[in-house]
Parts: sequence; structure tokens; C-alpha cells
Amino acid sequence: MKEILRWPAAELAQKINRREIKAKEAVSAYLEQLYALEPELNSFVTVDEEGAYAQAGRIDELTQSGKNAGPLAGVPVAVKDNLCTRGLRTTCASRMLEDFVPFYEAGAVERLRAAGAIILGKTNMDEFAMGSTSETSAFGPVKNPWDISRVPGGSSGGSCCAVAAAQSLCALGSDTGGSIRQPASYCGVVGLKPTYGTVSRWGLVAYASSLDQIGPIARNVEDCALLLEVISGGDKRDSTCLDRRDVDFGRAFARTSASPQTSPQTSSQASLQACPEDVRGLRIGIVRDYFDEGLDGEVAAAVRRAAQQLRDQGALVEEVDLSLVSYAIPAYYTIACAEASSNLARFDGVKYGYRAGAEKGLHPMYRRTRTEGFGTEVKRRIVLGSFVLSSGYYEAYYEKALRVKAMIVAAFDKAFSRFDLLLGPVAPTTAPLLGQTGDDPLKMYLGDIYTVSVNLAGLPAISLPCGLDSRGLPIGVQLVGPRFGEKTILQAARAYEKACGGFALSPMTERAEKKGGMKV
Amino acid sequence: MAQEISDKMIDELEILAKLDLSGEERERVRKDLGQMLDYIGRMNELDTEGVEPLYHVMPAVNVFREDEETGSSIREEILAGAPEAVDGCFRVPRTVE
Repeated sequence: MKEILRWPAAELAQKINRREIKAKEAVSAYLEQLYALEPELNSFVTVDEEGAYAQAGRIDELTQSGKNAGPLAGVPVAVKDNLCTRGLRTTCASRMLEDFVPFYEAGAVERLRAAGAIILGKTNMDEFAMGSTSETSAFGPVKNPWDISRVPGGSSGGSCCAVAAAQSLCALGSDTGGSIRQPASYCGVVGLKPTYGTVSRWGLVAYASSLDQIGPIARNVEDCALLLEVISGGDKRDSTCLDRRDVDFGRAFARTSASPQTSPQTSSQASLQACPEDVRGLRIGIVRDYFDEGLDGEVAAAVRRAAQQLRDQGALVEEVDLSLVSYAIPAYYTIACAEASSNLARFDGVKYGYRAGAEKGLHPMYRRTRTEGFGTEVKRRIVLGSFVLSSGYYEAYYEKALRVKAMIVAAFDKAFSRFDLLLGPVAPTTAPLLGQTGDDPLKMYLGDIYTVSVNLAGLPAISLPCGLDSRGLPIGVQLVGPRFGEKTILQAARAYEKACGGFALSPMTERAEKKGGMKV
Repeated sequence: MAQEISDKMIDELEILAKLDLSGEERERVRKDLGQMLDYIGRMNELDTEGVEPLYHVMPAVNVFREDEETGSSIREEILAGAPEAVDGCFRVPRTVE
């Protein structure tokens, strides 16, 4: 792999701001890697080579005139294809939006561009973010860069795959029930789902609005923190977006600028803020009920080793029962599908997107358009959502799920009265083979068991690589924090990363270099 | 205990979901929906007596803004993405006979 592809985001941006290299060189190196691996991986729906070079040109002009081009100057970012990008096709990996070109930009993408980042393209995903394997895409499945006979996870599979294969330095994903954390785990990268309301959802094509949250995907914790800082903050266009002031995640964790002046949020963190990589005294609860039946033995062992690693560094690690675990998926799918059926009502063949031809009458056109435009999994969820919201079933299913959600939130509150963070697996297994899950939706849904409750409770959580199984596939460990606990999560994550000596990219990145070498 | 999905229920869902559920699709929906309802029905094992439904995890307050016009007209840009437009409007198939 080329040297330039190895630099972390902060370092790359610094070199570009100091005019040691040009943004155009970074773009060309990443595009070369992207194109070399894309035939095998299919991680992108659209590559925006022209736009990327144009943005790089603007960055280079700024730096040439002596200006600072921002904290992400020239940093290539891949954006999940459910985030609107002005003038750049946004498909949600659906036939319904195959030719949809937004005339406005998502809030998170605006912030990225303002920070100097370069959007390389739009990443493949499960259709409308509904799936856990990235196989429900209308543009073909994404492959796992660690083993291309396997899935990368989903729904942000393209984003995680692109980062793991160094097709991009960082990426944005969205997480409704684990859609950042689970593919991050399968692909061996760092993925963070922020506290609900931290990142504006303006321009994110809605799946389940009360659960959706955009988050960063990166190779290491520091890049993840830097990206999170850039995309966080208030936005009047999303009424659920909070005007958080404590979003200096990147600055707080940059090794060079670690400063003890940051005001602590809670007393238990007071001593820790001074040294961001220190976990001494941090109270971490291992969620015992996540280690019950269904969890693969190798995954369990790796996650327990990660906990031990944090204990060795001075964290106070104890077991905790979260309870209600087996009710999280029923409540999640009820709420998520209900919201999806409502949100996806907008796709009717009138205002944008696909329209079925030759239908006489408005209602037959609506039905035909939606029947032809949506894939099987999307229709499955719309039907379930329509059912649980329908008269006569609303109380029994939808309201019941909201009561279960209240109990899950209370269970987390109780756990966080004793612990600063919770630790557990991200997914029950490592990446499954392609084509294994499609016919059995329930089996796919059960894979979300350790991630969905975090969305129901609106909490922040990170997925970190914690080793490989005997087949050489990445395993992920999840750290969950209380609301607004991103800094504590990042601090523990940094400490763990440091103790591991950093995380490796997929072996495929080295193979690409050999290929490139042969060409010369 | 499998939940029976009757033809009448599927007919109603077709209207609510605005989907054609005919032929093969109909049988798939019957099977999938039945299976999912059985599964999510396990929520009934939990006693939620006295627990209020939680709509928002964040303390929810309505967010108001002034009703002021901002930006410029985006009519042209919006219509450019429409499947069919005519005279500055969306065009749809005939709605009344």
C-alpha cells in the first residue's frame, strides 16, 4: 500500500495544510486504490471522480494562498448512499431512487465539506438501510474485504468495506439498529453511533426517524473522534438535533493537544479528562446476559479478552445483568417497521424517483410504482409496519413496543448508575457467507440482538476490532455509554487501541499493492 | 401459536401499504407476517402494567420557528426531479373520471 494511504486523517490534513503534499495527490492515490479493488468488492454505488478532483482543487488553492483548509483538508470520505448530496445521485441502493439527484446537501455532508473533506463517492448499502448484510441492495451485494465469499455486514456495508480496504480514509454511515457498528465489526474498523440528536438528520433519507443517527467510520479511534467532531452540532432543519456544546471530540483526543482544561461532565470522569487515554478507575460493566446462548465461542472469548485488557490498564470491570435482552428485537422491529411504513409513504411516483408507466388512474399508479420500485425486504417491513399501526392492532403491538422501550431505557439508566460504560459483543458471530440469510428474515433480525437496544435508548456506542477468529475474520467489541457519553467511550477506546498496538486494515490492501506493482 | 393472516387482512394491508400483493407475493407476505407477528408477540410475556409508552428518549419539546420565508424559489429544481411535470406542477394520472 502506498505511503500516502497509510496516514491517519489528522496527519494527512496537516500535511496538506502545510503544503507538503497536495489534496489532489491524496485523491488520486485513493481513487487508484478504490478502482483497483472495486470489481471485487462493489462497495460504491457512485464514484464522484470529477467532484472529488474539483473539491481537491479548491483545497489546494486555499492552501496555496496560505489559508488553512480545515481540520479534514483533503481527507477522502465515502458517504453512505442514503445521505443526500447536492448534484450527486443518491439511490439508497433502491430501484425507487435509481436516478434521484438531490438538489440539496445533507447537514452532515455540508459540515464535512466545510471542514475540507473530499467526498469520493456514495457507498453501497442494504436498500433503504433495511438489512444486516448489504445484500438487499438493488446494485448487487458488497463483499467483505477480509474474505470476499462473505458479507461485510449492513446496512452500512459499503462504507465499512471501503474503509477496511483503504478505498477511502474515512466514511459516514447511518445506524438505526446497529447499521454502523455491526458492519464495522465484520470489517475490522472503528464505527461509532452517536447519542440520538448529536448529528443532524437533515438530508438523511429516513428509515425510522426516532432511531436513525449518522456516525463516523474510520481506521482508528482518533480519526473517528475527529470526524465525529466535524459532523456534530445543532441544526435548525432537524428539530430533534440538539445544540450540544461538548462536541470537541477530536481536539479532546488529539495526542498533541490533550489538555486538562476541559470541564468534566461528571465527577467520576474528573480525573480521567486530564489524560484521555487513561482508564484507571473507569467503571466498566460486562453485560452478562449478552454471553448467553447464541453467542459464538470465539467471539465471546475475544470480547472477554478485550475486557481483561481494560482491566489490566486499571479499569474496574465487573459483570452486570441488563435484563430484557430477548425483548429488544421484538420491540425494535415493531417500532422501526412502523416508522418505516410511514416514512416510505412518500415514495409514490409523483414528486421524485421511479414511476411505473402505463397505469390508468392515480391509485393503481401508486401501487404499481411501489410494488416495482421496492425490493422484498423493504416491502416486508412496510407491510409489518402498516399492520402494527392499523386500527385494532395499534395498542397490542405498537404501543406495547413503546412500553417495552420504556423498560429498556430504565434498565440502561439503572446500569449507568453503577457503571461509566457497558461492554459486550457487537454481533453473535463473525461475517457469514454471502447468500445465507436472505430467505430467513428472522434469522437476520436475530443477529441484531446486541445492537438494537442502544438505538431504542438513544445511547452512544462504538464498535472496535478485538481480534480475529480461527478463519481470520474480524471480531468486534462494543462499548456503550450513557447519553452524551461519547468522550468516555472514545477515551476507553483509545486506551484499548493503544494497548493492542493499533488495528490492522484488511489483508486485501496489501494485495492491491502487489497488483499495482505488477502493472509497473 | 401462529397468527392467522386472512385474505381480508392482506387486502387491507394492500390499501394501507399501497402495494400490490398478488400471486407469489401474497403467500410470502402471509408466511413472513405470520412468523414476525408470532415473534414480536413475545412482548406479551412482559408485564407492562403501569408503564407509559415512551415516544421520545430525549425530553421532547416542540420546536417552533418563525414562519418566515427563507432562501429562494426552488420550484424549478424540485420539478426537475419529478417523473412528470407540466406548467410548473407535478403531473399525475387521471384522478376523476
